[in-house]
Amino acid sequence: MSIDHHPSEERLLDYVSGGLGESWSLAVATHLALCPKCRNTVARLEAMGGGMMDAAEPATLADNSFDALWARLESEEDEADSMPAIAGHAGKIDLPEPLRSYVGGSVDALPWQNMGLGVRQLLIPTADQSTARLLCVAAGRPVPEHTHRGEEVTLVLQGAFRDSTGIYAAGDFQEADETVLHQPHAEKDRDCICLAVTDAPLKFRNLAFRLVQPFIGI
Amino acid sequence: MDGCFVIEREAAPVSERPTSPHRKGSGVEGAVAAVAPMRLARRVVDKDRESVLDEFEDLIVAIARKRDRAAFRALFDHFAPRLKTFFMRGGLDPAAAEEIVQETMVKVWRKADQFDPAKAKASTWIFSIGRNLRVDFLRKEKRPQPDFNDPMFVPDPEPDGFEVLSVAQEADLVREAFDALPPDQKAVMTLAFYEEKPHSEIASELGLPLGTVKSRIRLAFQRIRSGLGESV
Ligand SMILES: [Zn+2]
Repeated sequence: MSIDHHPSEERLLDYVSGGLGESWSLAVATHLALCPKCRNTVARLEAMGGGMMDAAEPATLADNSFDALWARLESEEDEADSMPAIAGHAGKIDLPEPLRSYVGGSVDALPWQNMGLGVRQLLIPTADQSTARLLCVAAGRPVPEHTHRGEEVTLVLQGAFRDSTGIYAAGDFQEADETVLHQPHAEKDRDCICLAVTDAPLKFRNLAFRLVQPFIGI
Repeated sequence: MDGCFVIEREAAPVSERPTSPHRKGSGVEGAVAAVAPMRLARRVVDKDRESVLDEFEDLIVAIARKRDRAAFRALFDHFAPRLKTFFMRGGLDPAAAEEIVQETMVKVWRKADQFDPAKAKASTWIFSIGRNLRVDFLRKEKRPQPDFNDPMFVPDPEPDGFEVLSVAQEADLVREAFDALPPDQKAVMTLAFYEEKPHSEIASELGLPLGTVKSRIRLAFQRIRSGLGESV
């Protein structure tokens, strides 16, 4: 997989510091599963965070802090946290972790919601205020033209799309904000499946879409 | 010194001012004053054996293999008080900080068999556990992570360079480069880690335009890459 478009360094910093919300972190973490280069950057940032923590002046702990902890460990022994089983092994595996655990299966088996105009979506439950969704855009079809009221990131999982800023194929990570008015099209050979995260509802410029937007939740 | 070299760093003077809560309006100076240089343990790297003699990593391995209480105690005595300070600098009160420290050390005990000294230093690994628990504590959110056992995980390419740094060497160089950052860049990076806020919030906290904060982060990344001998 050759990846040309990566998350910005600011976003990787936010991911490593813990400041990035769950929806965005899901997109970054899924990109990381596919991108050794960004994993390397993340490892360095974590080394930096570890260094900051290690360099901190030791605080005074509560009395008996260790004894309380040890008593707890003994009473709970030995619920070792084993590695979580890989989810979704039963079906075909066509989405990487951690995304697969969030949507719960392979692309074909998902309860897609048909949005018309060749677009299907699947909302992904996350605990932050932002919206994460899978989008499937039929080969050659446009993703309706839209601007954003806030930020948007798009991680391509299958197929590719193209807009005025370039071609985005599997693994590529696009960041856009309200200054970008882009009209992405899925490439012609194959449906394009993306993970899209927005911090505000998409604002479609296409009139038909704008009229139905309040009803379909996109 | 054939094939073997020593990375040494003098212990930096500990001249931290007591950290006033700097969540609001303490500005760049306040943030930087709170940053002690990272004191790095003296560490010997034997390039022939590619092994790093470092007590903390060994302690975690001992916990994993032998459920070694003494090793756990030693690890706790070093890291628990530092974790507590780290969390309190992010604005947590002492009781909450202590609670997350306890949870972090529970995970260290339980997940010790997942620690791979070839992938991370002990401090890096413990930091990442603590950070995840803090996200859960503060925002009740999960923090998704890649799973290297996943069949779709794309593994690292085989190293092709002649000079492959060990994890500890690279971490030391990163920390050295961090210590040498100009104060304005260091302040932004430090606040991001302490406060666990996105850089956009750090910008408003410091009263800086978002673009300024972004460029400071990017400049800091450049310096860290050049500290690692990479083209920037
Ligand atoms: Zn990347």
